[in-house]
Amino acid sequence: MSTEPSETLSDAVSRIPSGSSVATGLALEHAIPFAAGHELVRQGTDDLTLIGPISDLLFDQLIGCGAVSRVRAAWVGNVSAGTGYRFREAVENDGIDVENHSNFSVALALRAGALGVPYLPTRSLLGSDVFAESDLFERGTDPFGGEEVALVPAIEPDWTIVHAQRASPEGDVHLWGNTGIVDPAVGAAENVLVTAEEVVEPAVIHSDPSRTAITREQVSAVVECPWGAHPSPVAGHYNRDNEYYLRYHGATDTQAAFDEWAGEWVYGVEDREEYMGLVDADLSITEPTVAAEVRYGQ
Amino acid sequence: MASETYAPRELMVSAAAAEIEDGDTAFVGMRLPLIAFQLAVSTHAPDSMAVYESGVVRDGPADGFIHTMCDLPNLNHAVSTTGMIDIMSRLQRGDVDVGFLGGAEVDRYGNLNTTRVRAGDEEIRLPGSGGACDIACMAGRTVLLMPHESRRFVEEVNYVTSPGHADDGSGRGNHPAPGGGPDALVTSKATFGFADGELFLRSVHPGVDREAMLADFPWTVRTAPEIGEGPVTTTPEPTDEELELIRTFDPDGFWT
Repeated sequence: MSTEPSETLSDAVSRIPSGSSVATGLALEHAIPFAAGHELVRQGTDDLTLIGPISDLLFDQLIGCGAVSRVRAAWVGNVSAGTGYRFREAVENDGIDVENHSNFSVALALRAGALGVPYLPTRSLLGSDVFAESDLFERGTDPFGGEEVALVPAIEPDWTIVHAQRASPEGDVHLWGNTGIVDPAVGAAENVLVTAEEVVEPAVIHSDPSRTAITREQVSAVVECPWGAHPSPVAGHYNRDNEYYLRYHGATDTQAAFDEWAGEWVYGVEDREEYMGLVDADLSITEPTVAAEVRYGQ
Repeated sequence: MASETYAPRELMVSAAAAEIEDGDTAFVGMRLPLIAFQLAVSTHAPDSMAVYESGVVRDGPADGFIHTMCDLPNLNHAVSTTGMIDIMSRLQRGDVDVGFLGGAEVDRYGNLNTTRVRAGDEEIRLPGSGGACDIACMAGRTVLLMPHESRRFVEEVNYVTSPGHADDGSGRGNHPAPGGGPDALVTSKATFGFADGELFLRSVHPGVDREAMLADFPWTVRTAPEIGEGPVTTTPEPTDEELELIRTFDPDGFWT
């Protein structure tokens, strides 16, 4: 699919149909695409299958908004406070289907998708109920050495959504800080939506090619979206809004309370700019670290 | 010996840090281990490294409080910020010496449950494995940390999120994972080791009534002298230096 440079977030998200499988929150607690997630529910996109490792709040919010039918993940909750009440209640009331993973099994499933192979073996999982209760994983034997291994089949998301520091309009992306399973999830996906703190000239990307995490042929849409990962942190741009996570935990223990919260923070704003008007924490970088100069040249 | 008072969780952090040996590569996850690694690398284990499943590799403490492994102080001046498969590959190859795990339930073999528990007729859904299952399967040894509450100690966990030792003394015979399994359990009242795959009492925290503490378990817990592991000791209190460091890493006592 060709890239349509620098669409609006609304236009880009409108290309994700209800019923899609969506991998996101892939850098774990770092650079979670909250802005894109909130836009999905504002557009009424639902019946989603969410794919991810540890989801720090975004999955809980999408579930609370009724957008999710199925979760394929290793952990869903609030890393500051533990329980995600909307996830917990949805599971307990059979509101969603959950496929339990470990972080590594999600990573390997996406890596298999990215590699174009049907499955990958691992020495993890065996002996756990993550394996024993799963319809997904199989037991296998290494045909060379005879070792017993768990086999993890490929997962190929319809969409992978990534938030990054900067991207060119063509869809070449610089991403730094820890990246979790961004790389395999991008490789495995049919379509990739990138939200970036900045859309930059292609020359900026070309000046530091070793920092390029995603290249244009993998990318379906690029959107400039400052603060697009708030309340999660983005290396070089802003810190994590810890108080937000604690307030959310205290404010969403019932569906009615969540609906009130979402009425303000999701449905009550039109876009990210208006959303940031609700944030009063100072999350600015107070001690910037500038990397040593990197030279390429010829 | 501490000259000032300390919180139970500060002692847990001190006891958890003591489980990291100098030169270890430690797999660090959420909550108290975030503080314990920083304490260990600042005191007795300066040549230890921490790996975090998000893709962070560190050789020193963060210069600032962290809620999560991805908070910017934990990324700033890291040795490496990479991806999960890099970190999990080290674990799977057998290059991680020690990993930390928590749990809502634990049994005598160190099987841990962080997925779903029963409360009467109700089943309560918890967040799930995260990387815990992987750490339990593949770390050289694991250290389990949890509040000392009787409901957490069970004959059989409701769900094996993180496999422990086999129930027949065959070590890790219940599955072929390469890791060594649970090596210690640190609660808010005592520390325990594992011998022949089963828990035994190693030390009791200062001021804790030993018999009442042991009554929180539904089985008769073995003690160190019963299995030839020396006497049951009193867990060392955090030193003044340790307390100062813990309060630097967690200035508002959010985790401790």
